[in-house]
Amino acid sequence: MSDQFLFATEVFFNGLMAGVLYALVALGFVLIYKASGIFNYAQGVMALFAAMTLVGIMEGQVPFSHIINAMFGTEVHHFGWHVPALLAIALTVGVMVIFAWLVQRIVMRHLVGQEPIILFMATIGLAYFLEGFSDLMWGSEIKKLDVGLPQGGSFWIEDMTAGLGSDNFYGFFIDQLDIVATVIAALLVAGLVLFAQYTKQGRAMRAVADDHQAALSVGISLNFIWVLVWSVAGFVALVAGIVWGTKSGVQFSLSLIALKALPVLMLGGFTSIPGAIVGGLIIGVGEKLFEFAIGPMVGGATENWFAYVLALLFLVFRPQGLFGEKIIERV
Amino acid sequence: MLDQSDSYVTEDGRTIGGVVMEMKNITLRFGGVVAIKDISFDIRQGEIRAIIGPNGAGKSSMLNVISGFYVPQEGTVEFHGKPRPQMRPYEVAQQGIARTFQNIALFEGMTVLDNVMTGRLNYMKTGLLRQAFWKGQAEREETANREVVEKVIDFLEIQHIRKTPVARLPYGLKKRVELARALAAEPKLLLLDEPMAGMNVEEKEDMSRFILDVNDEFGTTIALIEHDMGVVMDLSDRVVVMDYGKKIGDGTPDEVRNNQDVIDAYLGVAHD
Repeated sequence: MSDQFLFATEVFFNGLMAGVLYALVALGFVLIYKASGIFNYAQGVMALFAAMTLVGIMEGQVPFSHIINAMFGTEVHHFGWHVPALLAIALTVGVMVIFAWLVQRIVMRHLVGQEPIILFMATIGLAYFLEGFSDLMWGSEIKKLDVGLPQGGSFWIEDMTAGLGSDNFYGFFIDQLDIVATVIAALLVAGLVLFAQYTKQGRAMRAVADDHQAALSVGISLNFIWVLVWSVAGFVALVAGIVWGTKSGVQFSLSLIALKALPVLMLGGFTSIPGAIVGGLIIGVGEKLFEFAIGPMVGGATENWFAYVLALLFLVFRPQGLFGEKIIERV
Repeated sequence: MLDQSDSYVTEDGRTIGGVVMEMKNITLRFGGVVAIKDISFDIRQGEIRAIIGPNGAGKSSMLNVISGFYVPQEGTVEFHGKPRPQMRPYEVAQQGIARTFQNIALFEGMTVLDNVMTGRLNYMKTGLLRQAFWKGQAEREETANREVVEKVIDFLEIQHIRKTPVARLPYGLKKRVELARALAAEPKLLLLDEPMAGMNVEEKEDMSRFILDVNDEFGTTIALIEHDMGVVMDLSDRVVVMDYGKKIGDGTPDEVRNNQDVIDAYLGVAHD
């Protein structure tokens, strides 16, 4: 096999892995959009908030220490304990559920039946509020997140594949974290599908997503389902936050991954969970291969815009996305 | 005049029980518009009670009051002899009052079977964690619920479309699926909002037959709205007639048919 082909294969695999990460973020959007018709601009910030909370709890940080110190002249920063990763994750899930409940209680409940654009604006407000609130609660410095996920290239894969090419080929470089992320994403999606298909709450969630009035008439509380949906979206945000945070540190730019999810959504459709996955993979592979093949000719950095151009093309030819519900207007 | 708790036997041999639901002096306003004006009537156990009236008479508003979608400004709703506190629609549904809608509210993306299954949601009691970790109980529950659903599906003769997504069905069948979903909840009171609207003669006959059979077979108390007088008269035990938000008649179909106010409202009358 030629080295060039092997390199392309490696790029392909890395693209797949990157795609999984995009899909993780897109998934959170799809969940909320399906169930309540809200495009949740705050999904990226939720991932940031979840990751910051996780780090904060693990490190035993005192929340709001900055305000507390300023008000009382104290110097508290840490409780001085370390919480094991699994327990910290469980606690963070709890925080995300409380957050979901508050969002529903304070914001969304009052906006039932409003135009989608108003709901969208509300989530923009929510995003900026949450961004500031996270900083206030946990401080704005860049933090390292380590919940024990393996990182760095897999030597095993490198060794196993080194013999495929010539002497210049040292084997595939594939980050172990990416492999773990793929497994996590697969488990997450499987779990979500099982939840939606086979549990009472999942069934109720699908019902609310389909028709509010009909859902009410069979005895489903919309409020409860929306809290549930925001909680699930918070959980997905936490998973995305853990993976991205481990990869590149917990910092403000984490919230910008939401922007990467947009083209994924346009490709996959806003209403489809498989769409989010496949869309993520196509964008991931597409942008890596494009950078590999065309990048050198145009001076590189194509990854910044490729996804959006691809999404734009999709909008022209298939506005509902790959798996989105087809828009049929009956006349 | 019958007492509240009296029961009687109809000509065709069905037993009609005491009062299940009583509406007392209901008034409903939307801003300055009075949709329902001081209306009282009752619904008895096991009967088919119709609310009729010309378009815009306030029939649908009345049904929405019963099912909790609208909250009346004045008056009380008594269910099983107790005044009902203000409730949200889903709480009313959990009390055993199922309904259908004039414009059909189905879960279009789901199959017929899934739609009818949602009618059983209130009978699913196993908690989320139990569903995840202890399959046995959840499975038994699911099986029991499926049995009820299959019975309803058989009864309404929609077996052949069990696995079809609802969005693909024609109008008449959608109406039937909606009825099936309401029936699956084994309701104490079934509310039907214009079950025959927009149907052709044959579909209307089918639907009438189903409504009678449901009442006969399961003893379900049914309150329905219709503006087609002919259909209603053959179907119902007692009829409330509304016009411009007011009650102008209440009684057996024969009594109502001979009521001068009702005749005027339906045929129009010269005001001089």
